[in-house]
This record gives sequence, C-alpha cells and structure tokens, in this order.
Amino acid sequence: MSDFSPTSWWRRFLALPNESRTKTLGVAFIVALVAATTVSVTSVMLKPRQQVHIDAAREAKLAAMIATLPGLADIMRETGAETLEAVIVDLQTGQIDGTLEAAEFDFLAAQTDPLQATALLPEADIAGIRQRPNLAPVYLLQGSDGLALVVLPVYGKGYQSTIRAYLALEGNLNTIAGLSIYEQGETPGLGSRITDPAWLGLWSDKEAADAQGEITITVVRGAAATSSEVDGITGATRSATGVANLVRFWMGPQGYGPFLTRLKAGEF
Amino acid sequence: MNRANLKHLTSPLIDNNPITLQMLGVCSALAVTTALDTALTMSLALIAVLTVASTAISLIRRHLPSSIRLVIQITIIASLVIVTDQLLRAFAFEISQRLSVFVGLIVTNCIVLGRAETFAMRNPVWPSFLDGLGNGLGYGLILMLVATIRELLGSGSLFGMNVVPLASEGGWFQPLGFMLLAPSAFIIIGLLIWIIRTRRPTQVEADEYPILSRRLRGGS
Amino acid sequence: MTEIFIQSVFQDNLALTFFLGICTFLAVSKRVATAFGLGLAMIVVQTVTVPINHLIFQGFLIEGAWAWAGLPEVDLSFLKLISFIGVIAAIVQILEMSLDRYAPALHRNLGVFLPLITVNCAILGGSLFMVERRYTLPESIIYGVGSGVGWALAIVAFAAIRERLRYADMPEGLRGLGAAFIVTGLMSMGFSAFVGVEMP
Repeated sequence: MSDFSPTSWWRRFLALPNESRTKTLGVAFIVALVAATTVSVTSVMLKPRQQVHIDAAREAKLAAMIATLPGLADIMRETGAETLEAVIVDLQTGQIDGTLEAAEFDFLAAQTDPLQATALLPEADIAGIRQRPNLAPVYLLQGSDGLALVVLPVYGKGYQSTIRAYLALEGNLNTIAGLSIYEQGETPGLGSRITDPAWLGLWSDKEAADAQGEITITVVRGAAATSSEVDGITGATRSATGVANLVRFWMGPQGYGPFLTRLKAGEF
Repeated sequence: MNRANLKHLTSPLIDNNPITLQMLGVCSALAVTTALDTALTMSLALIAVLTVASTAISLIRRHLPSSIRLVIQITIIASLVIVTDQLLRAFAFEISQRLSVFVGLIVTNCIVLGRAETFAMRNPVWPSFLDGLGNGLGYGLILMLVATIRELLGSGSLFGMNVVPLASEGGWFQPLGFMLLAPSAFIIIGLLIWIIRTRRPTQVEADEYPILSRRLRGGS
Repeated sequence: MTEIFIQSVFQDNLALTFFLGICTFLAVSKRVATAFGLGLAMIVVQTVTVPINHLIFQGFLIEGAWAWAGLPEVDLSFLKLISFIGVIAAIVQILEMSLDRYAPALHRNLGVFLPLITVNCAILGGSLFMVERRYTLPESIIYGVGSGVGWALAIVAFAAIRERLRYADMPEGLRGLGAAFIVTGLMSMGFSAFVGVEMP
C-alpha cells in the first residue's frame, strides 16, 4: 500500500514541523547515526595503516639514536649484534623477569592499566605520571669488555602532552650516551623544539648523578655550567623542564634505579 | 558561476576576511604559524572541514529543529574533524605529529561554526560550498603571510629550508627569537590589519560616539 | 587547592598564556559592561562543565570504566572530544535560553558570540587540560572556577584598555581591531611574567 512505502514515510517525516518531538528525535538520531558510522568506518579502515607508521616511527627513532651514538655502530659490528637485546625488568625489585617475552610486551598497556601499575605519592611523582608500570622493557648491548649500552624507555608529563623518549646510558650507567624523543604533543614551534637534534645532542656525555649517587641532572635557564646541567630553550621552559623531570624520575628509586644498582653490582 | 556566487568565493579573501574582519579563527593562527609547513597543513585541513561542513549543514538546514541546532552542527563538524585527523595520521604521519592538538582544535575553530550559523543555515548548497571555500582560503592566506614573516625572521628559513646565513653558522643573520613566541603573531596580524585598512578605509569600525576634533579634521 | 586556583588564574591563564577563546575575546571586548557579562557567563559554563566532564570521563570513557558490566578492557577515551563538546553545547543552550528570558539586553549584545561559547576553545581546552593533568573531582571544580575567572579577568582588563583607546589619537587604519591585536600581544607578554612565580 502506498501509505506505508518507505519514500512516502520519509516524505511525511520531512514534512513534520521542525519543533515536533518526533522530528527532533528523528533528526538527532539520523545525524548521530551517520556521523558515528562515518567516523567508525574511517577509523577502523585506517587503523592498520596508522599502526604501521607508529611502529615504523618508533623503530626509526631507536635506530636513529643508535646511529648517532659515537662508536656504537662499531661495537655492534664487533660483537656481531644486529640489534639490542631486550629484557623485561621488574621496576619494584630491579630484577629481570626471564619468563616474559620482550617482543610481546605491551609497555603502553602496562602504563595505563591500574592492575599493571603502582600508584605514586605526589612527592615521588616528579614526572607527573600518577602511576608507574610494574614492568618495563630495557635494551642492552654487550661490548667486547662488558656492558656497552643500556637503553631505557622513559616518559613523563610535558607542558601539554606526554613526552616519550629513549634514554641511553653508557657502560658506567651514569653517563648519558644519548636522549631521543619519539613522541610528544607540545606547542608546535615552541615546546616541540625539545625534539631538535641540536638540543637533544646536548644531553650526550652529561652525568646523571654525582659521586654520591644523588641525581643531579637538570635543565637550566640559559647556558649550562656543569656536566650535570643542560642548556634551556627560550620559549620552551616548561617542556624542557618536563624532559628533565622525566629523566630524573626514571633514573631514580621509583624508576629504573633499583635495576641500575643491580646491573652495576654485576648481578646479571 | 554567476557574479553573486563568485563574490562568496572572493570576498572573504580581503574584504570580509575571517581573521582580519570577522575576528574568527584567531586562536589557531598563533601557534601553527611558527613554520610554513604546519601553517599550510592547518590551512588545508581547515579548508577541507569548512567546505564539507558548510555544504552538509546547508543540505539539512530546512529540517533542523532549533532546540538541537547547535548540537547537530557540532556533531557534524566534530565527525569531519575526526575523519580529517585520521586521514592525516594515515597518510601524512610526520606532519600530523607536529600538528598534534591543533587539528583537533579545528572543531572549536570559530570560523566553522560561525559560518555555519551565519551563512550555511540560511543559504542554498552551492553558495554555502563557495562561502566555505572562500573563508577557508581567506584564513589560509593570512596564516601563510604570518607564517612567512615569523619563520623567516625567527629561524631564517622557509618551509624548513635555510635561506639566510645564520649567525650561529658564521653568517650575518641573528634570528629574532621574539618571532617564535606567540605574542609576535598578534602584533604581526595587528600590523597586517593596519595595512589592509589603510587601503580599504571602509573596514574601519565607525565610532559609536563621534569625536568632534576628529570630525573637524575630516576623519570618520 | 588554592595553588590550582591561583595557577589557573595567572600562570595558566587560558586567554593570555594559552591563547584559547581569542575570537570571542577580541569581539566582545569593546565595552566593559558586555565583557563583564560574557566573563560571568564563561565562569558559569566552565564551573559547570569541567566537573561534569570529569565525571563522564571517569565514569564512561576511561579504560576500565565498564568493568562493573564485565567489560574491563573497553577504552572509549577517543570519544572524549565529542562527548565533552556535547555536554558544553547542552549547557550553553540552557544558558542561552535563560539569558534570553532573564537578561535580554545582554543576550542581544552578545549576539552570535553566545552560541560561540560552545566552541570557545577555552571551555573545551579547560576540560582537555583536566583530563591531561588527571585532576580529581574537587580539583576539577576549583580548576573550572579558576580558569573561568582567569579568562574573565583577561577580557575585562582588555575591554577597559580598549574603551580608553577609543579616544586615542591613532592612524585610521590602526584604530579598532588593529590596535586590539597589538594590545593583546603586549598583555600576553605581561602575563608571561607570572610563569615561574612560586606560591609560598
């Protein structure tokens, strides 16, 4: 019957006065449906492509950082190592967890899942991350005479986003071999200058802690004076301080500190 | 395209520019104009969202109940922005990382909702499409102008490529650090407006209470 | 708590430090009375929306929010943008209707910029900062009030300056919007002096 055909039903719906309840609900529902479908379909279809980019970017950052560290390429050739050895570390005790497969470990999930992380007290939470994952991946490179490099994934709060980076330490586990930021959402042109290779290069050869073991590495306003200070960036003070804070946190007792102590004592 | 419709496309470039006359879309003009490539990407993203949003809203304008009008417009705009963001992240990853928050902020870019409310809600589809495109181009024009000045004077480069010998590398050009701070964008836009209004005095806002001495001197 | 309040009014001023909500800031600041009205409206909207968005985010969107229904892995945080805006749009619509009824003069003066509070980057930015900094509910309320007050303070001060500038002897082309942009730039330079000020 023509009265119940879809087109006449549609025309009748459109002919309703705009303020009627049916029309209001109907229009709202249809727009919401179309919008939700478009967004979901696009997201799902594009996700694999995006994931490829994200993974590639992370690998590239790691590889790039290794490439810039002096002498590292030679060490890797000597030992015949093609990549760094990845292990999972229990941050609480500093022990290596040999039961877990590093390649399948989801660090990002460990950071946000309340079951896989420990809440931090405000005084201890220098990096502003509120909770610290219980397990973390660490990358080691053995040289001909002992440990050559340790790469620690670190992250913390910047000015308006979370900054994620790799911190590479030399064999003495105190001198910074390099810092490479692979993810940040700071102000374009200002805070984002923390990713400038020139600034990141300033971190190399700095001492994270002094002779007594106090973590002294910091970003200063203007030019650095000691081997534990890094020059600041004009217009990016908060972002650069965020980087300093996250380095201090992860080198400290709440971060990789226990693991580094055991590593220094030669336990592995 | 008749003359009236062509007007929709060309008037927002200078005569009715969203940033310098309508005062819309200014927030994003500050942070993304430190470099030309971010300014260009932001402009293109905005043109895309604005054109499609104006067209879509104009299509359904006759059937929008006024009580949910704002929410519906925003839903459409927000969905378009999410789609644009996803496309950028899939096909132009490097740039999307640098633009980060700002593509998301296109949702709140006053231009999109402003044009939707003042034009697309009351005009047919084709003029709305042209109006969206025109305003997007006007926005992009100002953005590129400001970005050129800021990047050239602040870093001595254009699109990331060095064009003047920097003092730090033995040249004579000492970059103007102030250009990389946000207040400089305000001041540059202020000066741009001054130049535009000297050429087009009709854009100057009339005094609410005309001042006698100015009137005697021959001003407005 | 007071630290969050003072910080959001001065150091993290949404208008002059983060440059959020500038379109409205420039357009509605010709007279102090209108600017004051808009400032109050912003404070109200901000104070109401930041805590509500906090509750929605914690209750529905964050990962683990649906654990009580047996779906602990569901993570809907990608929906935060659209759900925050939905809440803001609804609150602004309510505000618009009440202003139309109880303060029609203000409603007329604000014009198109009243519905534009919905997309005022400052309101959305406030909620997004609340998520990024992971404030608790009491902190969200204080932050909502503080950030609204900061924005209102900025626009009222700006309007006061603009009212004076109207009688200044300036070149024709610079008068009005051109001078407004330059003054905003200078004000933000002034506010940048607050960064690094520590609370006792």
